[in-house]
Amino acid sequence: MNISVFIRGVLVTAEKNMMIYYNKPPVLIFGLLFPMFLFLAFFMGRGIDIHEFFPAFLAMVLFFTSSSVGPLITPWEKQSGTYERLLSFPVTINTIIMGDVLAGAIFGLFISSSVLIAVTLFLDTAFKSISLLLVSLLLGTFCFAALGVLIAAPASKTPSNIMMLSSLVRFPLVFISGIFIPLTELSNAGKYLALLSPLTYLVDIFHFSIGGTPSVPQYIDILALSAYTCIFLYVASYFHKKNLSKGL
Amino acid sequence: MAVIEASNLTKRYGDAVAIDDLTLSVGRGEVFGFLGPNGAGKTTAVRILTGLLKPDSGTVLIGGMDIAKDPIKAKMKVGMLPETGNVYVDLTPKQNLSLTGKYYGLSKDTIRKRSDELLSELGLYERSNDLVKTFSKGMKQRVSIACAIIHEPSILFLDEPTSGLDVQSRRLIIQIIADMNERGCTIFLTTHDIEEANKLCNRVCMINKGKIVAMDTPENLRYTFEDTRSLEVAFDKEISRDLFNSKFISRMDRQGNKWRFYTIDIDSTIRYIVTMVENKGIKINSMTTYGPSLEEVFVRLTGVIEK
Repeated sequence: MNISVFIRGVLVTAEKNMMIYYNKPPVLIFGLLFPMFLFLAFFMGRGIDIHEFFPAFLAMVLFFTSSSVGPLITPWEKQSGTYERLLSFPVTINTIIMGDVLAGAIFGLFISSSVLIAVTLFLDTAFKSISLLLVSLLLGTFCFAALGVLIAAPASKTPSNIMMLSSLVRFPLVFISGIFIPLTELSNAGKYLALLSPLTYLVDIFHFSIGGTPSVPQYIDILALSAYTCIFLYVASYFHKKNLSKGL
Repeated sequence: MAVIEASNLTKRYGDAVAIDDLTLSVGRGEVFGFLGPNGAGKTTAVRILTGLLKPDSGTVLIGGMDIAKDPIKAKMKVGMLPETGNVYVDLTPKQNLSLTGKYYGLSKDTIRKRSDELLSELGLYERSNDLVKTFSKGMKQRVSIACAIIHEPSILFLDEPTSGLDVQSRRLIIQIIADMNERGCTIFLTTHDIEEANKLCNRVCMINKGKIVAMDTPENLRYTFEDTRSLEVAFDKEISRDLFNSKFISRMDRQGNKWRFYTIDIDSTIRYIVTMVENKGIKINSMTTYGPSLEEVFVRLTGVIEK
Protein backbone atom coordinates (compact mmCIF):
# COMPACT_ATOMS: atom_id res chain seq x y z
CA MET A 1 0.00 0.00 0.00
CA ASN A 2 1.14 3.53 -0.77
CA ILE A 3 2.48 4.91 2.54
CA SER A 4 1.34 8.48 1.89
CA VAL A 5 -2.23 7.27 1.25
CA PHE A 6 -2.04 5.23 4.47
CA ILE A 7 -0.81 8.22 6.52
CA ARG A 8 -3.45 10.47 4.95
CA GLY A 9 -6.16 7.94 5.87
CA VAL A 10 -4.86 7.69 9.45
CA LEU A 11 -4.76 11.47 9.89
CA VAL A 12 -8.23 12.04 8.41
CA THR A 13 -9.67 9.24 10.55
CA ALA A 14 -8.05 10.76 13.65
CA GLU A 15 -9.40 14.21 12.71
CA LYS A 16 -12.89 12.76 12.26
CA ASN A 17 -12.68 11.04 15.65
CA MET A 18 -11.48 14.20 17.37
CA MET A 19 -14.34 16.21 15.88
CA ILE A 20 -17.00 13.70 16.83
CA TYR A 21 -15.98 11.66 19.86
CA TYR A 22 -13.90 13.84 22.19
CA ASN A 23 -16.96 15.49 23.70
CA LYS A 24 -19.15 12.40 23.90
CA PRO A 25 -20.38 11.77 27.48
CA PRO A 26 -18.84 8.26 27.80
CA VAL A 27 -15.40 9.66 26.95
CA LEU A 28 -15.74 12.47 29.48
CA ILE A 29 -17.10 10.18 32.20
CA PHE A 30 -14.79 7.20 31.72
CA GLY A 31 -11.79 9.24 30.65
CA LEU A 32 -11.81 12.28 32.91
CA LEU A 33 -14.23 11.94 35.81
CA PHE A 34 -13.30 8.38 36.82
CA PRO A 35 -9.56 8.98 37.34
CA MET A 36 -10.35 12.24 39.13
CA PHE A 37 -12.76 10.55 41.53
CA LEU A 38 -10.38 7.65 42.07
CA PHE A 39 -7.65 10.14 42.92
CA LEU A 40 -9.89 12.05 45.31
CA ALA A 41 -11.16 8.86 46.95
CA PHE A 42 -7.62 7.64 47.54
CA PHE A 43 -5.90 10.91 48.34
CA MET A 44 -8.35 13.04 50.34
CA GLY A 45 -8.00 12.93 54.10
CA ARG A 46 -5.31 10.25 54.15
CA GLY A 47 -2.27 12.44 54.57
CA ILE A 48 -0.52 10.98 51.54
CA ASP A 49 2.46 12.89 50.16
CA ILE A 50 1.37 14.22 46.77
CA HIS A 51 4.98 14.14 45.50
CA GLU A 52 5.19 10.45 46.25
CA PHE A 53 1.79 9.69 44.74
CA PHE A 54 2.14 11.94 41.69
CA PRO A 55 3.88 9.44 39.28
CA ALA A 56 1.18 6.83 39.93
CA PHE A 57 -1.56 9.44 39.59
CA LEU A 58 -0.11 10.68 36.29
CA ALA A 59 0.05 7.10 35.00
CA MET A 60 -3.58 6.55 36.04
CA VAL A 61 -4.71 9.73 34.24
CA LEU A 62 -2.81 8.74 31.11
CA PHE A 63 -4.20 5.21 31.25
CA PHE A 64 -7.84 6.27 31.61
CA THR A 65 -7.76 9.14 29.12
CA SER A 66 -5.84 7.28 26.38
CA SER A 67 -8.01 4.19 26.60
CA SER A 68 -11.36 6.01 26.79
CA VAL A 69 -11.81 7.13 23.15
CA GLY A 70 -11.04 3.84 21.34
CA PRO A 71 -13.78 1.67 22.88
CA LEU A 72 -16.45 4.14 21.86
CA ILE A 73 -15.67 4.75 18.19
CA THR A 74 -16.39 1.45 16.41
CA PRO A 75 -19.63 0.50 18.24
CA TRP A 76 -20.87 4.09 17.89
CA GLU A 77 -20.19 4.05 14.14
CA LYS A 78 -21.84 0.65 13.76
CA GLN A 79 -24.88 1.81 15.70
CA SER A 80 -25.28 5.05 13.76
CA GLY A 81 -24.71 3.36 10.39
CA THR A 82 -21.58 5.30 9.45
CA TYR A 83 -19.18 2.35 9.62
CA GLU A 84 -20.05 1.02 6.17
CA ARG A 85 -19.49 4.41 4.61
CA LEU A 86 -16.16 4.69 6.43
CA LEU A 87 -15.07 1.33 5.02
CA SER A 88 -16.05 2.41 1.52
CA PHE A 89 -13.45 5.19 1.58
CA PRO A 90 -9.96 4.38 0.25
CA VAL A 91 -8.84 2.92 3.59
CA THR A 92 -8.18 -0.50 5.07
CA ILE A 93 -9.16 -1.75 8.52
CA ASN A 94 -5.59 -1.08 9.66
CA THR A 95 -5.87 2.55 8.53
CA ILE A 96 -9.04 2.96 10.58
CA ILE A 97 -7.46 1.24 13.61
CA MET A 98 -4.40 3.48 13.48
CA GLY A 99 -6.62 6.56 13.13
CA ASP A 100 -8.60 5.47 16.18
CA VAL A 101 -5.39 4.82 18.13
CA LEU A 102 -4.00 8.22 17.14
CA ALA A 103 -7.16 10.00 18.30
CA GLY A 104 -7.04 8.17 21.65
CA ALA A 105 -3.33 8.86 22.06
CA ILE A 106 -3.71 12.59 21.33
CA PHE A 107 -6.56 12.82 23.85
CA GLY A 108 -4.46 11.03 26.49
CA LEU A 109 -1.36 13.05 25.68
CA PHE A 110 -3.21 16.37 25.90
CA ILE A 111 -4.88 15.63 29.23
CA SER A 112 -1.90 13.98 30.92
CA SER A 113 0.48 16.69 29.65
CA SER A 114 -1.89 19.32 31.05
CA VAL A 115 -1.88 17.54 34.42
CA LEU A 116 1.91 17.24 34.29
CA ILE A 117 2.38 20.92 33.45
CA ALA A 118 -0.12 22.04 36.13
CA VAL A 119 1.52 19.92 38.82
CA THR A 120 5.00 21.06 37.76
CA LEU A 121 3.92 24.69 38.03
CA PHE A 122 2.27 24.38 41.43
CA LEU A 123 4.44 21.75 43.13
CA ASP A 124 8.16 21.60 43.47
CA THR A 125 8.69 18.51 41.30
CA ALA A 126 12.16 17.08 40.83
CA PHE A 127 12.62 15.31 37.48
CA LYS A 128 15.34 12.72 37.17
CA SER A 129 14.95 12.32 33.42
CA ILE A 130 12.63 14.60 31.45
CA SER A 131 13.48 12.92 28.13
CA LEU A 132 12.60 9.48 29.51
CA LEU A 133 9.42 10.92 30.98
CA LEU A 134 8.39 12.34 27.59
CA VAL A 135 9.26 9.13 25.74
CA SER A 136 7.28 7.03 28.23
CA LEU A 137 4.39 9.52 28.12
CA LEU A 138 4.24 9.13 24.35
CA LEU A 139 4.68 5.36 24.41
CA GLY A 140 2.11 4.98 27.19
CA THR A 141 -0.55 6.98 25.34
CA PHE A 142 -0.14 4.83 22.22
CA CYS A 143 -0.08 1.61 24.22
CA PHE A 144 -3.32 2.33 26.09
CA ALA A 145 -5.02 3.93 23.09
CA ALA A 146 -4.30 0.62 21.29
CA LEU A 147 -5.80 -1.25 24.27
CA GLY A 148 -8.91 0.95 23.92
CA VAL A 149 -9.24 0.08 20.22
CA LEU A 150 -8.79 -3.62 21.03
CA ILE A 151 -11.63 -3.42 23.57
CA ALA A 152 -13.88 -2.12 20.75
CA ALA A 153 -13.22 -5.23 18.61
CA PRO A 154 -16.15 -7.44 19.75
CA ALA A 155 -19.02 -7.38 17.29
CA SER A 156 -21.33 -5.06 19.19
CA LYS A 157 -23.43 -2.21 17.92
CA THR A 158 -24.15 -1.00 21.45
CA PRO A 159 -21.60 1.47 22.82
CA SER A 160 -22.78 0.95 26.43
CA ASN A 161 -21.93 -2.79 26.21
CA ILE A 162 -18.41 -2.01 25.08
CA MET A 163 -17.97 0.73 27.70
CA MET A 164 -18.98 -1.83 30.34
CA LEU A 165 -16.41 -4.27 28.96
CA SER A 166 -13.91 -1.45 28.98
CA SER A 167 -14.53 -0.85 32.71
CA LEU A 168 -14.21 -4.58 33.38
CA VAL A 169 -10.77 -4.58 31.77
CA ARG A 170 -9.48 -1.23 32.99
CA PHE A 171 -10.43 -1.17 36.67
CA PRO A 172 -8.68 -4.41 37.66
CA LEU A 173 -5.55 -3.19 35.87
CA VAL A 174 -5.52 -0.03 37.99
CA PHE A 175 -5.59 -2.08 41.19
CA ILE A 176 -2.84 -4.54 40.27
CA SER A 177 -0.36 -2.13 38.73
CA GLY A 178 1.23 -0.44 41.73
CA ILE A 179 -0.86 2.73 41.60
CA PHE A 180 -2.55 2.52 44.99
CA ILE A 181 -0.29 -0.14 46.50
CA PRO A 182 3.42 0.08 45.60
CA LEU A 183 4.87 -3.04 43.99
CA THR A 184 7.24 -3.53 46.94
CA GLU A 185 4.26 -3.89 49.27
CA LEU A 186 2.46 -6.49 47.15
CA SER A 187 2.50 -10.19 48.00
CA ASN A 188 4.46 -12.56 45.75
CA ALA A 189 1.34 -13.55 43.79
CA GLY A 190 0.41 -9.88 43.53
CA LYS A 191 3.85 -9.03 42.17
CA TYR A 192 3.63 -11.70 39.47
CA LEU A 193 0.17 -10.48 38.56
CA ALA A 194 1.44 -6.90 38.42
CA LEU A 195 4.17 -7.89 35.98
CA LEU A 196 1.47 -9.00 33.54
CA SER A 197 -0.08 -5.54 33.50
CA PRO A 198 1.27 -3.01 30.98
CA LEU A 199 0.29 -0.22 33.36
CA THR A 200 2.85 -1.49 35.91
CA TYR A 201 5.69 -0.57 33.56
CA LEU A 202 4.33 2.93 32.97
CA VAL A 203 3.94 3.55 36.72
CA ASP A 204 7.45 2.24 37.24
CA ILE A 205 9.08 4.42 34.59
CA PHE A 206 7.19 7.47 35.85
CA HIS A 207 8.48 6.72 39.35
CA PHE A 208 12.01 6.69 37.97
CA SER A 209 11.57 9.84 35.84
CA ILE A 210 9.95 11.88 38.62
CA GLY A 211 12.49 11.08 41.29
CA GLY A 212 10.92 7.96 42.81
CA THR A 213 12.20 4.43 43.26
CA PRO A 214 11.70 2.11 40.27
CA SER A 215 11.21 -1.64 40.65
CA VAL A 216 12.59 -2.82 37.29
CA PRO A 217 15.25 -1.42 34.93
CA GLN A 218 13.96 1.29 32.58
CA TYR A 219 14.84 -0.59 29.42
CA ILE A 220 12.50 -3.37 30.61
CA ASP A 221 9.72 -0.79 31.09
CA ILE A 222 10.24 0.58 27.57
CA LEU A 223 10.47 -2.89 26.03
CA ALA A 224 7.37 -4.11 27.86
CA LEU A 225 5.31 -1.07 26.84
CA SER A 226 6.50 -1.40 23.22
CA ALA A 227 5.71 -5.11 23.18
CA TYR A 228 2.24 -4.58 24.66
CA THR A 229 1.56 -1.83 22.08
CA CYS A 230 2.46 -4.20 19.24
CA ILE A 231 0.39 -7.03 20.74
CA PHE A 232 -2.66 -4.80 21.26
CA LEU A 233 -2.41 -3.48 17.69
CA TYR A 234 -1.98 -6.94 16.20
CA VAL A 235 -4.84 -8.50 18.17
CA ALA A 236 -7.08 -5.46 17.53
CA SER A 237 -6.43 -5.75 13.78
CA TYR A 238 -7.17 -9.49 13.83
CA PHE A 239 -10.48 -9.17 15.70
CA HIS A 240 -11.68 -6.03 13.91
CA LYS A 241 -11.15 -7.85 10.59
CA LYS A 242 -12.83 -10.98 11.91
CA ASN A 243 -15.87 -9.09 13.20
CA LEU A 244 -16.12 -6.61 10.33
CA SER A 245 -19.14 -8.08 8.56
CA LYS A 246 -21.06 -8.68 11.82
CA GLY A 247 -21.38 -5.00 12.53
CA LEU A 248 -22.40 -3.71 9.11
CA MET B 1 -15.14 -2.11 -22.10
CA ALA B 2 -16.15 -3.56 -18.74
CA VAL B 3 -15.37 -1.45 -15.66
CA ILE B 4 -16.97 -3.82 -13.15
CA GLU B 5 -16.26 -7.51 -13.63
CA ALA B 6 -17.31 -10.11 -11.11
CA SER B 7 -16.42 -13.75 -11.73
CA ASN B 8 -17.89 -16.72 -9.88
CA LEU B 9 -18.46 -14.91 -6.58
CA THR B 10 -19.62 -17.06 -3.71
CA LYS B 11 -20.22 -16.00 -0.13
CA ARG B 12 -21.54 -18.16 2.70
CA TYR B 13 -22.62 -17.27 6.22
CA GLY B 14 -22.41 -20.60 8.01
CA ASP B 15 -24.60 -22.98 6.04
CA ALA B 16 -26.54 -20.21 4.30
CA VAL B 17 -25.36 -19.25 0.82
CA ALA B 18 -25.71 -15.48 0.43
CA ILE B 19 -24.11 -15.29 -3.03
CA ASP B 20 -23.99 -18.32 -5.28
CA ASP B 21 -21.52 -18.29 -8.17
CA LEU B 22 -22.40 -14.78 -9.30
CA THR B 23 -20.83 -13.56 -12.53
CA LEU B 24 -21.58 -10.21 -14.12
CA SER B 25 -19.95 -7.48 -16.14
CA VAL B 26 -20.86 -3.80 -16.36
CA GLY B 27 -19.66 -1.63 -19.24
CA ARG B 28 -18.26 1.89 -19.04
CA GLY B 29 -20.99 4.54 -18.92
CA GLU B 30 -23.75 2.00 -18.30
CA VAL B 31 -26.55 2.37 -15.75
CA PHE B 32 -26.85 -1.15 -14.39
CA GLY B 33 -29.84 -2.06 -12.26
CA PHE B 34 -29.48 -4.73 -9.60
CA LEU B 35 -32.85 -5.98 -8.44
CA GLY B 36 -34.00 -8.61 -6.02
CA PRO B 37 -36.42 -9.22 -3.17
CA ASN B 38 -35.37 -8.72 0.48
CA GLY B 39 -32.68 -11.19 1.47
CA ALA B 40 -31.79 -12.02 -2.14
CA GLY B 41 -28.13 -11.13 -1.56
CA LYS B 42 -28.05 -7.69 -3.20
CA THR B 43 -26.34 -5.85 -0.37
CA THR B 44 -23.84 -8.66 0.19
CA ALA B 45 -23.02 -8.60 -3.54
CA VAL B 46 -22.51 -4.82 -3.50
CA ARG B 47 -20.31 -5.08 -0.40
CA ILE B 48 -18.15 -7.65 -2.17
CA LEU B 49 -18.02 -5.60 -5.37
CA THR B 50 -16.87 -2.54 -3.42
CA GLY B 51 -14.26 -4.42 -1.39
CA LEU B 52 -16.03 -4.17 1.97
CA LEU B 53 -16.42 -7.93 2.23
CA LYS B 54 -14.21 -10.69 0.97
CA PRO B 55 -15.90 -13.43 -1.05
CA ASP B 56 -15.26 -17.07 -0.18
CA SER B 57 -14.33 -17.54 -3.83
CA GLY B 58 -14.31 -15.55 -7.04
CA THR B 59 -12.74 -12.28 -8.15
CA VAL B 60 -13.83 -8.67 -8.64
CA LEU B 61 -12.11 -6.32 -11.07
CA ILE B 62 -12.84 -2.60 -10.78
CA GLY B 63 -11.48 -0.65 -13.73
CA GLY B 64 -9.30 -3.68 -14.47
CA MET B 65 -7.86 -3.80 -10.93
CA ASP B 66 -8.40 -6.72 -8.59
CA ILE B 67 -10.11 -5.17 -5.56
CA ALA B 68 -8.81 -7.91 -3.24
CA LYS B 69 -5.21 -7.24 -4.24
CA ASP B 70 -5.29 -3.46 -4.50
CA PRO B 71 -8.34 -2.23 -2.56
CA ILE B 72 -7.16 1.36 -2.12
CA LYS B 73 -6.53 2.04 -5.81
CA ALA B 74 -9.80 0.37 -6.77
CA LYS B 75 -11.76 2.30 -4.10
CA MET B 76 -10.30 5.59 -5.37
CA LYS B 77 -12.27 5.08 -8.60
CA VAL B 78 -15.49 4.31 -6.79
CA GLY B 79 -18.14 6.40 -5.06
CA MET B 80 -20.52 4.57 -2.83
CA LEU B 81 -23.85 5.22 -1.21
CA PRO B 82 -24.24 2.24 1.11
CA GLU B 83 -27.62 0.95 2.21
CA THR B 84 -26.97 2.10 5.76
CA GLY B 85 -24.61 4.80 4.59
CA ASN B 86 -25.47 7.48 7.04
CA VAL B 87 -23.37 10.58 7.28
CA TYR B 88 -22.00 11.93 10.57
CA VAL B 89 -24.95 13.64 12.21
CA ASP B 90 -22.74 15.47 14.72
CA LEU B 91 -21.10 17.33 11.85
CA THR B 92 -22.40 19.83 9.32
CA PRO B 93 -22.80 18.93 5.61
CA LYS B 94 -19.68 20.98 4.88
CA GLN B 95 -17.66 19.09 7.49
CA ASN B 96 -18.92 15.74 6.16
CA LEU B 97 -17.94 16.71 2.62
CA SER B 98 -14.60 18.06 3.77
CA LEU B 99 -13.70 14.82 5.59
CA THR B 100 -14.78 12.73 2.60
CA GLY B 101 -12.77 14.90 0.20
CA LYS B 102 -9.71 14.54 2.43
CA TYR B 103 -10.01 10.74 2.36
CA TYR B 104 -9.79 10.93 -1.43
CA GLY B 105 -6.83 13.32 -1.28
CA LEU B 106 -8.62 16.35 -2.75
CA SER B 107 -7.05 19.76 -2.17
CA LYS B 108 -8.71 22.30 0.14
CA ASP B 109 -9.70 24.48 -2.82
CA THR B 110 -11.25 21.56 -4.69
CA ILE B 111 -13.16 20.48 -1.59
CA ARG B 112 -14.51 24.00 -1.06
CA LYS B 113 -15.49 24.40 -4.73
CA ARG B 114 -17.11 20.95 -5.04
CA SER B 115 -18.90 21.27 -1.69
CA ASP B 116 -20.44 24.58 -2.69
CA GLU B 117 -21.48 23.21 -6.09
CA LEU B 118 -23.01 20.04 -4.69
CA LEU B 119 -24.77 21.69 -1.77
CA SER B 120 -26.30 24.25 -4.16
CA GLU B 121 -27.33 21.55 -6.62
CA LEU B 122 -28.94 19.53 -3.85
CA GLY B 123 -30.73 22.50 -2.32
CA LEU B 124 -28.72 22.44 0.91
CA TYR B 125 -26.49 25.48 0.53
CA GLU B 126 -28.44 27.55 3.06
CA ARG B 127 -28.15 24.74 5.59
CA SER B 128 -24.50 23.90 4.92
CA ASN B 129 -23.37 24.97 8.40
CA ASP B 130 -26.19 23.33 10.36
CA LEU B 131 -25.64 20.02 12.08
CA VAL B 132 -26.94 17.07 10.02
CA LYS B 133 -28.80 15.78 13.11
CA THR B 134 -31.33 18.59 12.55
CA PHE B 135 -32.09 17.39 8.97
CA SER B 136 -34.96 15.29 7.62
CA LYS B 137 -34.29 11.82 6.15
CA GLY B 138 -34.37 13.17 2.60
CA MET B 139 -31.91 15.94 3.43
CA LYS B 140 -29.56 13.47 5.12
CA GLN B 141 -29.68 11.27 2.02
CA ARG B 142 -28.83 14.28 -0.13
CA VAL B 143 -25.75 14.94 2.03
CA SER B 144 -24.92 11.26 1.72
CA ILE B 145 -25.03 11.28 -2.06
CA ALA B 146 -22.98 14.48 -2.14
CA CYS B 147 -20.31 12.63 -0.11
CA ALA B 148 -20.43 9.73 -2.58
CA ILE B 149 -19.68 11.94 -5.58
CA ILE B 150 -17.49 14.75 -4.22
CA HIS B 151 -14.40 13.16 -5.79
CA GLU B 152 -16.16 12.70 -9.16
CA PRO B 153 -15.83 8.90 -9.26
CA SER B 154 -15.87 7.02 -12.53
CA ILE B 155 -18.02 4.27 -10.95
CA LEU B 156 -20.89 4.93 -8.57
CA PHE B 157 -22.51 2.23 -6.44
CA LEU B 158 -25.91 3.19 -5.06
CA ASP B 159 -27.69 0.86 -2.67
CA GLU B 160 -31.40 1.80 -2.43
CA PRO B 161 -30.68 5.53 -2.93
CA THR B 162 -34.29 6.71 -3.00
CA SER B 163 -35.83 4.28 -0.55
CA GLY B 164 -38.33 6.01 1.74
CA LEU B 165 -37.62 9.52 0.49
CA ASP B 166 -39.97 12.44 -0.15
CA VAL B 167 -40.72 13.32 -3.77
CA GLN B 168 -38.41 16.33 -3.86
CA SER B 169 -35.37 14.47 -2.51
CA ARG B 170 -36.11 11.51 -4.75
CA ARG B 171 -36.23 13.68 -7.86
CA LEU B 172 -33.05 15.51 -6.92
CA ILE B 173 -31.19 12.25 -6.39
CA ILE B 174 -32.46 10.76 -9.66
CA GLN B 175 -31.39 13.94 -11.43
CA ILE B 176 -27.92 13.71 -9.89
CA ILE B 177 -27.64 10.06 -11.01
CA ALA B 178 -28.65 11.02 -14.55
CA ASP B 179 -26.19 13.94 -14.61
CA MET B 180 -23.34 11.77 -13.34
CA ASN B 181 -24.10 9.18 -16.00
CA GLU B 182 -24.19 11.84 -18.68
CA ARG B 183 -20.69 12.86 -17.64
CA GLY B 184 -19.52 9.27 -18.26
CA CYS B 185 -19.89 7.77 -14.79
CA THR B 186 -20.90 4.10 -14.63
CA ILE B 187 -23.81 3.59 -12.25
CA PHE B 188 -24.49 0.37 -10.36
CA LEU B 189 -27.97 0.85 -8.92
CA THR B 190 -29.41 -1.52 -6.37
CA THR B 191 -33.09 -0.94 -5.91
CA HIS B 192 -36.45 -2.37 -4.97
CA ASP B 193 -38.16 0.14 -7.18
CA ILE B 194 -38.76 -1.59 -10.49
CA GLU B 195 -40.15 1.49 -12.19
CA GLU B 196 -37.03 3.42 -11.18
CA ALA B 197 -34.84 0.67 -12.65
CA ASN B 198 -37.02 0.60 -15.75
CA LYS B 199 -36.60 4.34 -16.31
CA LEU B 200 -32.94 4.71 -15.43
CA CYS B 201 -31.16 1.51 -16.38
CA ASN B 202 -29.63 0.33 -19.63
CA ARG B 203 -29.52 -3.20 -18.28
CA VAL B 204 -31.11 -4.92 -15.34
CA CYS B 205 -29.93 -7.93 -13.39
CA MET B 206 -32.42 -9.79 -11.22
CA ILE B 207 -31.10 -11.84 -8.34
CA ASN B 208 -32.85 -14.31 -6.08
CA LYS B 209 -31.38 -16.46 -3.29
CA GLY B 210 -27.91 -15.32 -4.28
CA LYS B 211 -28.25 -16.40 -7.91
CA ILE B 212 -28.80 -14.34 -11.04
CA VAL B 213 -32.18 -15.23 -12.50
CA ALA B 214 -32.20 -12.77 -15.41
CA MET B 215 -29.96 -10.15 -16.95
CA ASP B 216 -30.94 -8.11 -19.98
CA THR B 217 -32.31 -4.73 -21.08
CA PRO B 218 -35.59 -3.78 -19.37
CA GLU B 219 -37.28 -3.92 -22.78
CA ASN B 220 -36.16 -7.48 -23.48
CA LEU B 221 -36.93 -8.62 -19.96
CA ARG B 222 -40.52 -7.49 -20.25
CA TYR B 223 -41.08 -10.14 -22.89
CA THR B 224 -39.55 -12.96 -20.83
CA PHE B 225 -43.05 -14.32 -20.21
CA GLU B 226 -45.88 -14.27 -22.70
CA ASP B 227 -48.61 -13.67 -20.18
CA THR B 228 -47.31 -10.48 -18.61
CA ARG B 229 -49.90 -8.29 -20.33
CA SER B 230 -52.77 -7.33 -18.12
CA LEU B 231 -56.20 -5.81 -17.90
CA GLU B 232 -57.39 -3.63 -15.04
CA VAL B 233 -61.15 -3.59 -14.47
CA ALA B 234 -63.37 -1.77 -11.95
CA PHE B 235 -66.86 -3.24 -11.36
CA ASP B 236 -69.87 -1.57 -9.79
CA LYS B 237 -70.29 -4.43 -7.31
CA GLU B 238 -68.11 -6.66 -5.22
CA ILE B 239 -67.20 -9.74 -7.24
CA SER B 240 -65.81 -13.08 -6.22
CA ARG B 241 -62.54 -14.50 -7.53
CA ASP B 242 -64.41 -17.73 -8.37
CA LEU B 243 -66.51 -15.89 -10.95
CA PHE B 244 -63.70 -16.00 -13.48
CA ASN B 245 -62.20 -19.30 -14.49
CA SER B 246 -60.77 -19.05 -17.96
CA LYS B 247 -57.75 -20.58 -19.63
CA PHE B 248 -56.88 -17.07 -20.88
CA ILE B 249 -56.41 -15.69 -17.34
CA SER B 250 -53.10 -16.72 -15.81
CA ARG B 251 -53.56 -14.76 -12.59
CA MET B 252 -55.87 -12.19 -11.04
CA ASP B 253 -55.04 -9.78 -8.23
CA ARG B 254 -57.23 -7.38 -6.31
CA GLN B 255 -55.87 -3.82 -6.38
CA GLY B 256 -58.04 -1.52 -4.26
CA ASN B 257 -61.50 -1.40 -5.88
CA LYS B 258 -60.13 -2.86 -9.12
CA TRP B 259 -59.10 -6.28 -10.34
CA ARG B 260 -56.03 -6.98 -12.43
CA PHE B 261 -56.18 -9.91 -14.88
CA TYR B 262 -52.91 -11.22 -16.32
CA THR B 263 -53.27 -12.85 -19.72
CA ILE B 264 -51.63 -13.95 -22.95
CA ASP B 265 -54.72 -12.95 -24.96
CA ILE B 266 -56.18 -9.55 -24.17
CA ASP B 267 -58.99 -9.75 -26.74
CA SER B 268 -60.37 -13.12 -25.58
CA THR B 269 -60.06 -12.07 -21.93
CA ILE B 270 -62.07 -8.88 -22.50
CA ARG B 271 -64.79 -10.83 -24.30
CA TYR B 272 -64.84 -13.45 -21.55
CA ILE B 273 -65.08 -10.90 -18.70
CA VAL B 274 -67.81 -8.91 -20.46
CA THR B 275 -69.88 -12.07 -21.01
CA MET B 276 -69.45 -13.23 -17.43
CA VAL B 277 -70.45 -9.93 -15.81
CA GLU B 278 -73.37 -9.41 -18.18
CA ASN B 279 -74.79 -12.75 -17.06
CA LYS B 280 -74.53 -11.67 -13.42
CA GLY B 281 -75.93 -8.17 -13.99
CA ILE B 282 -72.67 -6.49 -12.99
CA LYS B 283 -71.57 -3.28 -14.71
CA ILE B 284 -68.04 -2.42 -15.73
CA ASN B 285 -67.06 1.07 -14.48
CA SER B 286 -63.66 1.21 -16.15
CA MET B 287 -61.25 -1.00 -18.06
CA THR B 288 -57.59 -0.37 -18.90
CA THR B 289 -55.15 -2.61 -20.76
CA TYR B 290 -51.44 -2.76 -19.92
CA GLY B 291 -48.47 -4.05 -21.91
CA PRO B 292 -45.90 -6.44 -20.43
CA SER B 293 -44.50 -5.05 -17.15
CA LEU B 294 -41.06 -5.44 -15.68
CA GLU B 295 -42.64 -5.71 -12.26
CA GLU B 296 -44.56 -8.81 -13.33
CA VAL B 297 -41.38 -10.37 -14.74
CA PHE B 298 -39.62 -9.60 -11.46
CA VAL B 299 -42.42 -11.16 -9.44
CA ARG B 300 -42.38 -14.30 -11.59
CA LEU B 301 -38.62 -14.72 -11.61
CA THR B 302 -38.11 -14.12 -7.93
CA GLY B 303 -41.17 -16.05 -6.86
CA VAL B 304 -42.34 -13.29 -4.54
CA ILE B 305 -46.02 -13.97 -5.30
CA GLU B 306 -47.35 -17.41 -6.02
CA LYS B 307 -49.98 -17.69 -8.72
